Amino acid sequence: MSQFLPDVVLAYLPTTVQLIYMLSVSLFIIGLKRLGSPATARSGNKMASLAMFIGVFVTLFDQEILTFEYIIAGVLVGSAIGAYAAKKVEMTAMPEMVAIFNGFGGAASALVAAGEYFRFEGVSLPQSDLFIMCIGIFIGALTFTGSIMAYGKLNGKITGNPVTYPGQKPINGLLVIVIAVLSAWFVYDPLNMIPFYVIIGISLLLGILFVLPIGGADMPVVISLLNSLSGIAASAAGFVLNNSLLIVSGALVGAAGLILTNIMCKAMNRPLSNVLFGAFGGESAGLAGAAVGDGSKSIREVQPDDAAVMTAYAQRVIIVPGYGLAVAQAQHTIREVASLLEAKGVDVKYGIHPVAGRMPGHMNVLLAEANVPYPQLYDMDDINPEFEKTDVVLVIGANDVVNPQARSNPASPIFGMPILNVDSAKSVIIFKRSMNPGFAGIDNDLFYLPNAYMFFGDAKKSLQSLVSAIKEL
Amino acid sequence: MEILIFNLFIFILACFVGFEVISKVPTTLHTPLMSGANAISGITLIGALVVAGSAGEYIGTILGFIAIIFATINVVGGFMVTDRMLEMFKKKEDK
Repeated sequence: MSQFLPDVVLAYLPTTVQLIYMLSVSLFIIGLKRLGSPATARSGNKMASLAMFIGVFVTLFDQEILTFEYIIAGVLVGSAIGAYAAKKVEMTAMPEMVAIFNGFGGAASALVAAGEYFRFEGVSLPQSDLFIMCIGIFIGALTFTGSIMAYGKLNGKITGNPVTYPGQKPINGLLVIVIAVLSAWFVYDPLNMIPFYVIIGISLLLGILFVLPIGGADMPVVISLLNSLSGIAASAAGFVLNNSLLIVSGALVGAAGLILTNIMCKAMNRPLSNVLFGAFGGESAGLAGAAVGDGSKSIREVQPDDAAVMTAYAQRVIIVPGYGLAVAQAQHTIREVASLLEAKGVDVKYGIHPVAGRMPGHMNVLLAEANVPYPQLYDMDDINPEFEKTDVVLVIGANDVVNPQARSNPASPIFGMPILNVDSAKSVIIFKRSMNPGFAGIDNDLFYLPNAYMFFGDAKKSLQSLVSAIKEL
Repeated sequence: MEILIFNLFIFILACFVGFEVISKVPTTLHTPLMSGANAISGITLIGALVVAGSAGEYIGTILGFIAIIFATINVVGGFMVTDRMLEMFKKKEDK
């Protein structure tokens, strides 16, 4: 839009653009900071989107931008798709949504880096720029296919089980080396297109191979890591374009994503390397399950009527929701159960494990959507001392996060993971589809305890039958 | 070369700021924060604008155009969905 400005203004334009970029960066930092605290999170998000708007708007005055038809068309199409998806998505599908958005961001960064090459085709770019271009394409393309894989694994289109084959890690390592060699070739012979295209191809392939051996339950960590990478990819694009706003915002996201990844790994008590390369939840976990599942232990089933009596005449009830509740979309039904019990004078609380739901913090979002009062939600550390004086615990679709093996069995893959000590309550009712082990594929000792009762069936249907049974009392 | 060093400088400093800003975040906010940070990574949109609008080689313009679509989905969708999530938390506090 710079061509519409008078010459007097034009002279100051580059400086003005940079100054406004600085304002935008500051807003991003404050916005990100505010996103980290519950009271200010919403305003933080608004601030970050304002920062984005300012940054985009002022870029339109960049003197390199001469034509606008593609820009307008692209922004309109992208905004329409993005807004529609954001409005329509179910809260339970949030992890998939973040994954696919992240993939698009990575793809955009790779395209920017590649487009920058074609923009100057025939003109010699500095070697450092060519090299950073390769990095941008590599990370962006890897983020794209990796996120698509994560998306597929989360919504079940691709098997959630870890896929492993002999030589997996050496092959991936070799491909990374191949990319490094090709990048060097490209830097010294930038007019040769062969290494350029092969780099794109291998990067796309690596994204798939990288996520393939990681189990579905670990996808949130993967998305967080890929999110961090897409920030780095944006930053790389910023190096190529020599744009400070891109470099700084990309780096911010890169660092924040890495920290968040780390926090999530800590909540699961597993190092990142184990998440990425451990193929957690596959055959190794099957062995652990077989070792303890000797079939001699017995379980007790409970019927809706009995469960209704147990809960309705209890003093204190704690609800422990998990992934299964999210999948069955039973968050509204559990809210109904809680209201009925409260009407009967029962003290109802929710115990939320840090990794409950389909990604960390997801359960809080789901329960908030179902209008569960915020003060009823308790973090693991706050709720654990409460279980001893609790009459009934309702475990809905949670498994590994209530497995006493994490405390008692050093051989268990989840040993050391902080869990909710539901077994110390007077009785525990476990809502579960079947006796199949959970994501980690580990047998759960909780089910065989004398104070444990199994309530089999789809979480939503089971809870509905419990609702009608309580109403009939 | 000097520009590259300068860019590396601000890159490293920005990384430290990012680490510092997200050092202690309650679990409740992990999902919205991830989604919000993800929207910010769509900043690559401004790079896409330059590539698509510079009237260079046609293939560059097309790549830039596709990049704009992808990045805008990331930005608009990301911020809106984050706001939708945070709005539900807000509702709770008012009650």
